[in-house]
Amino acid sequence: MRRTGALALAVLAGCAGAPAAPSGGVQGEVTVSAAASLAEVFAEVAADLERQHEGLTVRLNVAGSPTLVAQVAGGAPVDVLATAAVAPMDRAIATGRVDAGDVVSFAVNRLVIAVEVGNPRGVRDLRDLARDDLVVVVADPAVPAGALAEQVLDAAGVTLRPASLEVDVRAALGKVALGEADAALVFATDVGAGRGRVDAVPIDGVDAVTTYQIAVLTDAPNPTAAAAFVAVLLGEVGAAHLDAAGFGSVEEAGP
Amino acid sequence: MTRATYPRAPALPALVTVLIVLAVAFLVLPTLALLVRTPWGRLGSLLAEPRLFDALRLSLVTSVAALVLSTVLGVPLAWALARARFRGRSLLRALCVLPMVLPPVVGGVGLLAAFGRRGIVGEPLATVAGVTIPFSSVAVVLAATFVAMPFLVVTVEAGFRSVDGRYEEAAATLGATRWTLLRRVTLPLLRPSLVAGMALAWARALGEFGATITFAGNLPGRTQTVPLAVYLELERDPDAALLLSAVLLAVSVVVLVLLRDRYLGVAGARRPEANP
Repeated sequence: MRRTGALALAVLAGCAGAPAAPSGGVQGEVTVSAAASLAEVFAEVAADLERQHEGLTVRLNVAGSPTLVAQVAGGAPVDVLATAAVAPMDRAIATGRVDAGDVVSFAVNRLVIAVEVGNPRGVRDLRDLARDDLVVVVADPAVPAGALAEQVLDAAGVTLRPASLEVDVRAALGKVALGEADAALVFATDVGAGRGRVDAVPIDGVDAVTTYQIAVLTDAPNPTAAAAFVAVLLGEVGAAHLDAAGFGSVEEAGP
Repeated sequence: MTRATYPRAPALPALVTVLIVLAVAFLVLPTLALLVRTPWGRLGSLLAEPRLFDALRLSLVTSVAALVLSTVLGVPLAWALARARFRGRSLLRALCVLPMVLPPVVGGVGLLAAFGRRGIVGEPLATVAGVTIPFSSVAVVLAATFVAMPFLVVTVEAGFRSVDGRYEEAAATLGATRWTLLRRVTLPLLRPSLVAGMALAWARALGEFGATITFAGNLPGRTQTVPLAVYLELERDPDAALLLSAVLLAVSVVVLVLLRDRYLGVAGARRPEANP
């Protein structure tokens, strides 16, 4: 009887000692949905995280913010969602899979005018974009870059007749890099992706900033790894990557 | 007088039947599901929106233009590939059919490289004639033709091959001119393949997305065809996307069914008799 009792106690102790979570460490697969303009920075953060944790694979799902939110609404098994504006994240919250309290603003991006390297057409400001002899493209208003462009042009009182409303901001940039368009309204950070074929003309006098937000989904398949990813992004390493890419910090953007 | 009856063909093996059912289900289910989910009640109000109506109109106009271009250019090419003997014919056929295999976006990049502002043909065209093709409705037609014409060429080439050359020889010996030969002998014999090729090409042109958005861009009223509108509408108003897709589907089905009843069929097959 005593031996059975001791055995039972040992089993109970063993059960109590076992970790409640399926894995104690950060491992497995984690899926991060990121807005198009975050592609490079998130790839760097993912690489850093994978170096820190063997056995972890970070899957980056990059697309325009509205597409990412549509996927979340459709039930996609995503762990983390990062959008290029506040509005898409609000829509994600409305789906019930993101908790408003989990959302963190982590960077801002400024809109600039992308032109061919050397600015051969002499574009100096937003008003120049209305010139008849220029081929200008912007992102479709459905996408954050496009919505911001529309806002900014409106605020500056410029009526733009774009040649095309591209499906995402990188496509708009690509048209300038290929020489098919003279100018495009893109994010400051996207200009780097133009690989030396694109220059940026700053926009003055108008507030041309969008705030990036990130959140771990309430039903994330791998919440431990998801939290680790967000932690790296919000920490020093992530800040360095964001800074190097040209993103601004949330504080400097002001209220 | 009894009619001769033939023994019934043996029933298909169960496995083949299962595979056939699976194939049909896989192909038909997405379309059916789309139609079931479509909010038909909003059809009237949505079509009234100029953007969506514009997309439909543009899609129909450009796809028909692409069809005409594909036919005018594709039939002579198909004839050459089927009948003419020259060196490098196989290579030429491979090159002409290549757009079928190319990812549409890659096709779009190729079109830019050829006809864009910095393109091989586009640059001289822009500097000399001041004409730029990208971002125009013409670009939409060109993109659609690029991806659709190979379908017509392949189908019509097969048609030419299957046309019995002896009919044409007989007509020629009876004194038919080349034009009469073409009009009264060759084209009628070719009709099933030609119509099938045209239907394929038109359907492909109607659904084109990747090459269009890369080469022609996306602007409501000028270059935003239905596939582009649906893609963007999915993010803004999914109901509108569904409705647009369903309308396009309905139009396509109507045209294809109309064609099928009268024209589509195996080349040379006779019209079914009236009696069962």
